[in-house]
Amino acid sequence: MSDFTFRDVDLVVIGGGPAGLAAAISAKKNGVQDLIIIERNNWLGGILPQCIHDGFGLELFQEPLTGPEYAQRYIDEINELDISYTLNSMVLEITPEKKVFIASPKGLFCFQAKAIILAMGCRERTRGQICIPGTRPAGVYTAGVAQNLINLQNVMVGKDVVILGSGDIGMIMARRLTLEGAKVHAVVELLPHTNGLPRNIQQCLIDYEIPLLLSHTVTEIHGRNRVESVTISPVDKNLKPIKGKEKKIICDTLLLSIGLIPENDLSKNCGVELSSVTGGALVDENLETSVPGIFSCGNVLQVHDVVDFVTLEAERAGKSAAEYILGKPRKVERIRVEAGNGIRYVLPHNIPSDTDLELSIRVICPGEDVSIGFFDGENLVKTKKFRKVHPAQMIKIKLTINETRAIKTLKAEVLQK
Amino acid sequence: MSCKSDVLVIGAGVVGCAIARELAKFKIETVLLEKETDVGSGVSKGNSGVLHTGLYYPKGSLKAKLCVEGRLMFPELAKQLNVPYKLCGKHVIARTDEELEDLECLKAVGEGNGVHGLTIISGEELKKREPHLDALYALHSPVAGIFPPYLLTIALAENALNNGVKIHVNTKVSAIKQVNGGYEVTTNQGVFYTDIIVNSAGLYADRISAMIGLDNYKLYPCRGEYLILDKACHDLINSMVYPLPPKVAGVLGVHLTPTTDGNILIGPSAEFINERKDSRTTKEKVQQLVEGAKDLLPSIPLNEIIYGFSAVRNKITPPEEKESRDFIIREDAENFINLIGMESPGLTSSPAIAKMVAELIKRKMDMKEKIDFDPIRRRTTPFSEASRLEQASLIKADPTYGEIVCRCEQVSKREVLDALNNPISAKTISSVKYRTRAGMGRCHGGFCLPRIVEILKEEYGLLPEEIKLKNLDSPLFIGKTKDLKENEKNE
Repeated sequence: MSDFTFRDVDLVVIGGGPAGLAAAISAKKNGVQDLIIIERNNWLGGILPQCIHDGFGLELFQEPLTGPEYAQRYIDEINELDISYTLNSMVLEITPEKKVFIASPKGLFCFQAKAIILAMGCRERTRGQICIPGTRPAGVYTAGVAQNLINLQNVMVGKDVVILGSGDIGMIMARRLTLEGAKVHAVVELLPHTNGLPRNIQQCLIDYEIPLLLSHTVTEIHGRNRVESVTISPVDKNLKPIKGKEKKIICDTLLLSIGLIPENDLSKNCGVELSSVTGGALVDENLETSVPGIFSCGNVLQVHDVVDFVTLEAERAGKSAAEYILGKPRKVERIRVEAGNGIRYVLPHNIPSDTDLELSIRVICPGEDVSIGFFDGENLVKTKKFRKVHPAQMIKIKLTINETRAIKTLKAEVLQK
Repeated sequence: MSCKSDVLVIGAGVVGCAIARELAKFKIETVLLEKETDVGSGVSKGNSGVLHTGLYYPKGSLKAKLCVEGRLMFPELAKQLNVPYKLCGKHVIARTDEELEDLECLKAVGEGNGVHGLTIISGEELKKREPHLDALYALHSPVAGIFPPYLLTIALAENALNNGVKIHVNTKVSAIKQVNGGYEVTTNQGVFYTDIIVNSAGLYADRISAMIGLDNYKLYPCRGEYLILDKACHDLINSMVYPLPPKVAGVLGVHLTPTTDGNILIGPSAEFINERKDSRTTKEKVQQLVEGAKDLLPSIPLNEIIYGFSAVRNKITPPEEKESRDFIIREDAENFINLIGMESPGLTSSPAIAKMVAELIKRKMDMKEKIDFDPIRRRTTPFSEASRLEQASLIKADPTYGEIVCRCEQVSKREVLDALNNPISAKTISSVKYRTRAGMGRCHGGFCLPRIVEILKEEYGLLPEEIKLKNLDSPLFIGKTKDLKENEKNE
């Protein structure tokens, strides 16, 4: 007898964070009976339980929930709908044939799925990836790790802090550390604009008088055993440090909030094609990847700014997976969606014509009174005007069946004023 | 505390640990002192992890002799100690016809040192073996290998300990005095008495030597920086890839080394520095490594760099000298054995160095072999290396195998617990990392660090401020949350 457990399952949802929960709920509501969520932590909700600040759910519930509160609404629904899940369970491998290998203290499992929803979320970029020179002491943390340690384990990472990167978690941690009695000496951002939401700049930095240094970076970490100081330097237009302008800040901790990477290591193995821009899967309007029956949603598909959008996207993925399992016919001809001038990416990456669509878009530069145009060749299909756009904010635009009627190509572009 | 031994070894790098393990075969009291919290905390963990062939060293030198002997001893040793290795071979590449002469020179030196199987191959032949490389010629050495140098050091130490050697970590020698034909060694942890001292203090060997008045040695600290590439790049190279050595003593040039775990190392740089503790990485050298790597392998994906590190080698050759000086291994004063300048190929040579030192000691004292010496070091089966069926059995027998602590390297809680239960009693984040690879992957601790912290708190009862990164002076935390607020109130 083998110690291995084999099982056929209609749908395997990988990840029990906000995306996985919403995807599973939606799949169940759309008719999938046999499904399971695989979660590596010993809790559901993913990163949300460590996000004890509020501001979640403004879009969907019109109330400012904390992370744990937001997660709980979906966990309750999972329980009401009697959707099964397994905690402490790490997916080791997904094969192109949709076999999912899982390790958990209960044993080693292999689920043969009809469909899979990838909802693994993202991980943080580290010091090593941006090669910050200097020593390698204790006291260098990514912001999310520090958030976990402080909020879930109640340990204090340091008392004199510099934060590199103005991502949302970085700014939220600046406030959190200040509330815990630490001194945040500066939030240092390489770019000339912040990387997080405007509301966080106000509520986390300005309200607490934490200095934000734009166009600056950390050029060296000092301290052999524990961080003793960091050198910061302004950068020029090409983001290169300007010689002779360096300044040392005495601190015991450096937090990094320098970007999030969709965690697609499992996806690569099963043949899912990835976008070099988003780091997430290439998907169609159903959020289906290049492997039929494998769907992707949430931060593993594209890094979102607001959890509500993760939920909405995941609901679409859940519905699509249900349709796939239940054998609903799909349109086959495909149009590639392109990101033109001023646009970092548009998602989905390929669509059929004659369809209602919702596009997620990110611009490259911040701007005011910006118009985004959608072209089929030379032909302008739609324009949409925005009072303000920012790379940190995801833009959602709907195209109707009338607007996509008989289109042969689709390209989004920031229109010149 | 005071303690009496027959032989006291100072420095638990790979050489010190190999000597301790060699001496463990005999019925003598051996003590090994280490100033850091774990063994292998210096250059023994910060090098390319290469089993060298002995190509570069002048015939008749200790380096040539011990390197070849050490390499031949290695497979048996690795098997006994459960250290993974791979004889992946090595290519030294030449881009011009003039460089072909240099390759032939290297081949002749290697053959003179007793290295077999060296061949010079054409660019086309190289392309078949290494599709991503372009060169006119390459010198192929089939016997060169790779292994994790920190695992060898740890395994040697743990096996020595198992066989009766006493290891004292966090123990820094401050003075040595000759007493009654033996020595009195003063440390921050008390006084040790011994008949014989083996000075394998690596980067600090000159200072230890000076403590008994032998202050004629000068070491030249030479920093080597590395970059590590993600395992996703593992199929870029199948063997070690070297340029021809630059004309600087003892420097092999920026090379690419695959690791047994599937990463690729770029490096090292070679930079003489003043302060030997100064093991930082620098912007300039990172740039140089990147350029060197691109030169060898133009398609190298630099966005796959996951970490950079450096270590300081102890060179005995002054920067201005062209020829590399030899190892110094000798009884320099009565019952005081010095090992000076244990730079490359010190790692490969370490088993042979240990034999040689044991021979020196045998001349001084009566050493009977232990009949119960156990050469085998048991290693917790790494979950990631097991087949799916084996993984299923491992979990069934022990559910902690089913709890994955390190996502990137798929390290289970079982392995982490066994690492924390190491006989050296090193309970740091680094001691887990070097034993299990937890934290060595692409997220570099993002996933596993909070989990290991939780294990240290819950299973070992450590307070937050007792949890350290690598040594006693590297606390991860200043205490619990609310502590700072409480202190404010009290003030």
